[in-house]
Amino acid sequence: MSEKPINYYVPSQSIWPTLGALGLLFTVIGAGMSVQQLGSNSSSGGWILTLGFIVILVMMFGWFNDVIDESQANLYSEQMDRSFRQSMTWFIISEVMFFAAFFGALFYVRNIAIPWLGGASNNAMTNLVLWPNFEAIWPLTTTPDGVKTQAMPWHGLPLINTIILLTSSVTLHFSHIALEKKNRGQLTIFLAITLVLGISFIMFQGQEYVEAYQHMGLTLSAGVYGNTFFLLTGFHGLHVTIGSIMLAVMLFRVIKGHFTPENHFAFQATSWYWHFVDVVWLGLFFFVYII
Amino acid sequence: MSTLVKNNNKKADIDDFDHAHDEKPRGIMRWLLTTNHKDIGTLYLGFSLLMFFVGGAMAMVIRAELFQPGMQIVDPNFFNQMTTVHGLIMVFGAVMPAFVGLANWMVPLMIGAPDMALPRLNNWSFWILPAAFSVLIASLFMPGGGPNFGWTFYAPLSTTYAPDSTALFVFAVHIMGISSILGAINIIVTIMNLRAPGMSYMKMPMFVWTWFITAFLLIVAIPVLAAAVTMILTDKYFATSFFSAAGGGDPVLFQHIFWFFGHPEVYIMILPSFGIISTIIPAFSRKKLFGYSSMVYATASIALLSFVVWAHHMFTTGMPLAAELFFMYSTILIAVPTGVKVFNWVATMWRGAISFEVPMLFAIAFIILFTIGGFSGLMLGITPLDFQYHDTYFVVAHFHYVLVTGAIFSIMAGAYFWLPKWTGYMYDERLAKLHFWLSLISVNILFFPMHFLGLAGMPRRIPDYALQFADFNQLVSLGGFAFGISQLLFVVVVVKCVRGGAKAQEKPWDGAEGFEWELPSPVPYHTFSTPPKVK
Amino acid sequence: MYKIIITFALLVFSSIATAQSDYNLPLGVTDISQKVYNLHMTIFYVCIAIGLVVFGLMFFAMIKHRKSKGVKAAQFHESTLIEIIWTVIPFFILIALAVPATQTLIEMEDNSNADITIKITGSQWKWHYEYFDHDFGFYSLLSTSPEQIANTKEKGVNYLLEVDKPLVLPINKKVRFLVTADDVIHSWWVPAFAVKQDANPGFINEAWTRINEPGVYRGQCAELCGKDHGFMPIVVEVLPEKEYQQWLDSQLSSVLLAKEKEQQDLNSGMTMEEAMTLGEQVYLSLCAACHMPSGEGIPGAFPALKNSKIALGDVKKHIDIVVNGVEKSAMQAYGQQLSLKKLAAVITYERNAWGNNTGDLVQANDVQQPANK
Ligand code: HEA
Ligand code: HEA
Ligand code: HEC
Ligand code: CUA
Ligand SMILES: [Cu+2]
Repeated sequence: MSEKPINYYVPSQSIWPTLGALGLLFTVIGAGMSVQQLGSNSSSGGWILTLGFIVILVMMFGWFNDVIDESQANLYSEQMDRSFRQSMTWFIISEVMFFAAFFGALFYVRNIAIPWLGGASNNAMTNLVLWPNFEAIWPLTTTPDGVKTQAMPWHGLPLINTIILLTSSVTLHFSHIALEKKNRGQLTIFLAITLVLGISFIMFQGQEYVEAYQHMGLTLSAGVYGNTFFLLTGFHGLHVTIGSIMLAVMLFRVIKGHFTPENHFAFQATSWYWHFVDVVWLGLFFFVYII
Repeated sequence: MSTLVKNNNKKADIDDFDHAHDEKPRGIMRWLLTTNHKDIGTLYLGFSLLMFFVGGAMAMVIRAELFQPGMQIVDPNFFNQMTTVHGLIMVFGAVMPAFVGLANWMVPLMIGAPDMALPRLNNWSFWILPAAFSVLIASLFMPGGGPNFGWTFYAPLSTTYAPDSTALFVFAVHIMGISSILGAINIIVTIMNLRAPGMSYMKMPMFVWTWFITAFLLIVAIPVLAAAVTMILTDKYFATSFFSAAGGGDPVLFQHIFWFFGHPEVYIMILPSFGIISTIIPAFSRKKLFGYSSMVYATASIALLSFVVWAHHMFTTGMPLAAELFFMYSTILIAVPTGVKVFNWVATMWRGAISFEVPMLFAIAFIILFTIGGFSGLMLGITPLDFQYHDTYFVVAHFHYVLVTGAIFSIMAGAYFWLPKWTGYMYDERLAKLHFWLSLISVNILFFPMHFLGLAGMPRRIPDYALQFADFNQLVSLGGFAFGISQLLFVVVVVKCVRGGAKAQEKPWDGAEGFEWELPSPVPYHTFSTPPKVK
Repeated sequence: MYKIIITFALLVFSSIATAQSDYNLPLGVTDISQKVYNLHMTIFYVCIAIGLVVFGLMFFAMIKHRKSKGVKAAQFHESTLIEIIWTVIPFFILIALAVPATQTLIEMEDNSNADITIKITGSQWKWHYEYFDHDFGFYSLLSTSPEQIANTKEKGVNYLLEVDKPLVLPINKKVRFLVTADDVIHSWWVPAFAVKQDANPGFINEAWTRINEPGVYRGQCAELCGKDHGFMPIVVEVLPEKEYQQWLDSQLSSVLLAKEKEQQDLNSGMTMEEAMTLGEQVYLSLCAACHMPSGEGIPGAFPALKNSKIALGDVKKHIDIVVNGVEKSAMQAYGQQLSLKKLAAVITYERNAWGNNTGDLVQANDVQQPANK
């Protein structure tokens, strides 16, 4: 380990964590009630959920504000910067595992569950007795109980989206280089382009969903093909959305003149996050759409 | 031991440059808004004790219902809720927070850090827990009741056939997960980044090492649990069919996902124990820990292996032969590194100068009883045998030996060991000894006969049983009540110790080693603003 | 003190375990179950032996190397050699255990060349047995009376381990089980055969047994399957081959009889009184588990039938639900499980009990159409 600075900044008391916990409490109650109220016309859950989100938003705003102020006041040592970076890395690893679980589910149904339903391995009788008409194919366009759907092709929107997202990773990288070279103009422009690309990705994704639901019969209730498709792309889309919000905040801060070549943890974290989301997409594109 | 001389209040490596901070904030706000690792540690420990009693009270309901054959006090549906919530609370509310509490208190002290790396995040991790558990417990009072599908919530019992409140269960688990992940990140980063200069990885105290590895397990395992509950949610409320064959899914897929999380989870609940025991045994043997580096490697191999054994919980689900063989081999392989740990502890005691204060008593009981639990684990790992044992009380006996006489005993050991450091007072040794002996005897009356019940064929998770199981169940219940009441003594000892008592020295245990013992007792509110020197 | 407790525990454990006793695994009545038993005992003794060595050394240290005896602690804290030894020895012990375990497992998983095939279907909370080669089957339900469970009547010897109609099997035949479920996961377990196989809805798992001795063998569902998981026992009556054949023949002919009876029921109606008595009987044995004897259900889990829209409303709808069940819910299709007459009776009962005084009398004939659709 390198030399240790004398003073590791320990923040004093803060309201934000507690408020955050309270926000989560409302969110959980609200989300739980909304789900239970699906299909009924009571909406109390939705209101509590909204309240929860608002509290969390306030918390994030306040918390980040404190952090930014402290950072701008040079209270953070290099060591703290390291702590932040490492934390972000581990956080991303936990996110990777979250996606890994859904990919695992995808591999399992493709390579195990569906072949078994079709009589593979030690499940000959499963097919013979329970699902005599079922044929194991992927994408699963006809489920064992006979629901039909279409598979999402990989060319068209998904391909465009892949290109968009890959480009956005590159532009973000350019803007990072610009930041380190103190080229504020380039920094701002490339960051802005990245944000625009991110938003267009989300819009195309939305269009794809509309297409799937309205014209292809590909819905959440259309069997595991649709399930894995929507949960994987859906959670990915959610992450792109969060990433875009982060990009927007960074853009705002860049315009305000924040960040130096030495001190730009938030920017770095956002960029890692964005690259991570990009890599997940590549996995998705390959495993969900192409093969 | 405990030569209780007056505290020679010499200033150790603490410094006082930040006077404004050394004043403790007062009142409830101190606890709500705190960023101090010691306060947060205390909060975690207090919460965990509370949850231990809540979960324990549910266990008492279980044991009261099972006292005699026939339905006695609760209906079967409520019984299932008790079993489920007992398991959930003990695992996520009692054991895990207790370990996080100990980590919060001790890791910064042991590595000479001023606090955790991310103090505000630390407070958030804690306060999420009361939120999550109030939702979970409140769901018991909803129409249709709370979760009743076992702590393992196998689909489709937890989807299509689950009570209305399942959505709340799912979201409560989500935020518990957030809490654990954030806590784990904090601990990893603290350890990686805040060690005192000169403390290389291979010089870290064992407790720090075991927590370091545990935190990795958490970061990798918990997100998988989050994914599992998410799929439960969509299967139940959004018409997906991950776990339903009709749509191309498979109920067994759920079990794979759950246990990919679940098995590492059980090691999450034992690795920190190993760390505590590896701290206490040398202290009271007055001899250095035997085989430090092999301990580290053993812990790491247990952690790695824990990701490739999950399907030993699923031997009866109809996996192909090859899978059953693979998981049998990998499972029993874990006995090797675990054995290394046990042997190293015994070797540490060998030719030491052993004394038997309460922490040591608990530690010794841990070694013996955990090993017994490990043996039954090994038996369960043998696939053809698991066909007989699976889902019987033999399994219940196994995991209570590793969890209660394992995890809980180690937590008790740790609590007694560090109480003087935390509070500045010695605990009441006589009462504590009483607590130990009563616990030791009653816990074995409680859990040992469960082996016989299981072998004789009593399934788990049943509210009523055939007559041949009556005698042993009665004995088990009596042991259970006795063990429960004995735990009240623990509370008495802790409360007494917080309130006062004989002053504790800086280092009340003459064999103990580490930075924490160079600080005064009680530890000042802020410590190591300047890192100490590693000798 | 420790020593006393532990020696005592070990003594109790081993003395109980050596003898065939009620507190150990049963030896069982199949070759496989006996192999499993022997494996169990071997591993048990290996654990005892390791335990004795490890704890023995530990107690020795605790007694001899006590500070109170004035010993000074030694300084050693490493020895590569000994650490290697105690890594390698357990490893070899494990290999020695794994070999017989593997052999037994391979044998257990060999489902080929069966003489008889039985399909076992678990559902909340009963077992359905189907003699696959004969197209004949029946349900098997707990027969312990609710009074015994509620402690108002004395409990019989086989309390909770008795059923109305046991599975009947012959000795000395390889019986293959096809295990599945209708709703949640159950697990079919008979300890005496060392067979435990999860019943997964939508999949069929296979297991097999070859029983050496006639007798009655009991087991229980071994996977949490909801409220009455504790109340779905398994009873297998094992007969010598000849008797088995007789039993099978008599069953097959009674199936024919039942079909005839069904036809008769269609033509002859029940009186209200008959329908209510039969209906109550059926209701209490099949429906009360969820909808409760009082008809009040369990709010949030199982709907009340008392004052329910269905039970007071359109008869056709009511019949439809009982006959065809409600998809994606715990409400099963009873059309296949009950005779037309019983269906009619239970529906009549539900429409007239607990103050549901619709006065409707449903006859087998009314039920027929939806049942056969
Ligand atoms: C702290 C928690 C903890 C720990 C440490 C363990 C440790 C082990 N467990 Fe356990 N287990 C649980 C908690 C734990 N378990 C829980 C909660 C369940 C039930 C979940 C549920 O269904 O609800 C469970 C269930 C469970 C099952 C599934 C049973 C079933 O449902 O059918 C199996 C099967 O293989 C198993 C095996 C093991 C093994 C092999 C170990 C090994 O790690 C043990 C290793 C230790 C030793 C072996 C002793 C010391 C070693 C020596 C002295 C060396 C020499 C020894 C030999 C060579 C034999 N466990
Ligand atoms: C760390 C985890 C942990 C701990 C500490 C415990 C502690 C205890 N457990 Fe439990 N247990 C589990 C984890 C744990 N358990 C899990 C994971 C399951 C599986 C759940 C499932 O199947 O889904 C389980 C299941 C389980 C069962 C099986 C239920 C079933 O299959 O139906 C039983 C039955 O006896 C039981 C009993 C006990 C008892 C008596 C204690 C005692 O040690 C508790 C002692 C503590 C107290 C009693 C509290 C303190 C005292 C008071 C509250 C004062 C009042 C006292 C009296 C009124 C006497 N537990
Ligand atoms: C395993 C539990 C279970 C058993 C046993 C059971 N039911 Fe049901 N029943 C349900 C559930 C759950 C519903 C609600 C289904 C839905 O609408 O989602 C239901 C609904 C009904 C309804 C419609 C009530 C309403 O108001 O919606 C009727 C009528 C009914 N059951 C009759 C019966 C009869 C007759 C039997 C026995 C022959 C029986 N049930 C056995 C679980 C059960
Ligand atoms: Cu069926 Cu448990
Ligand atoms: Cu496990």
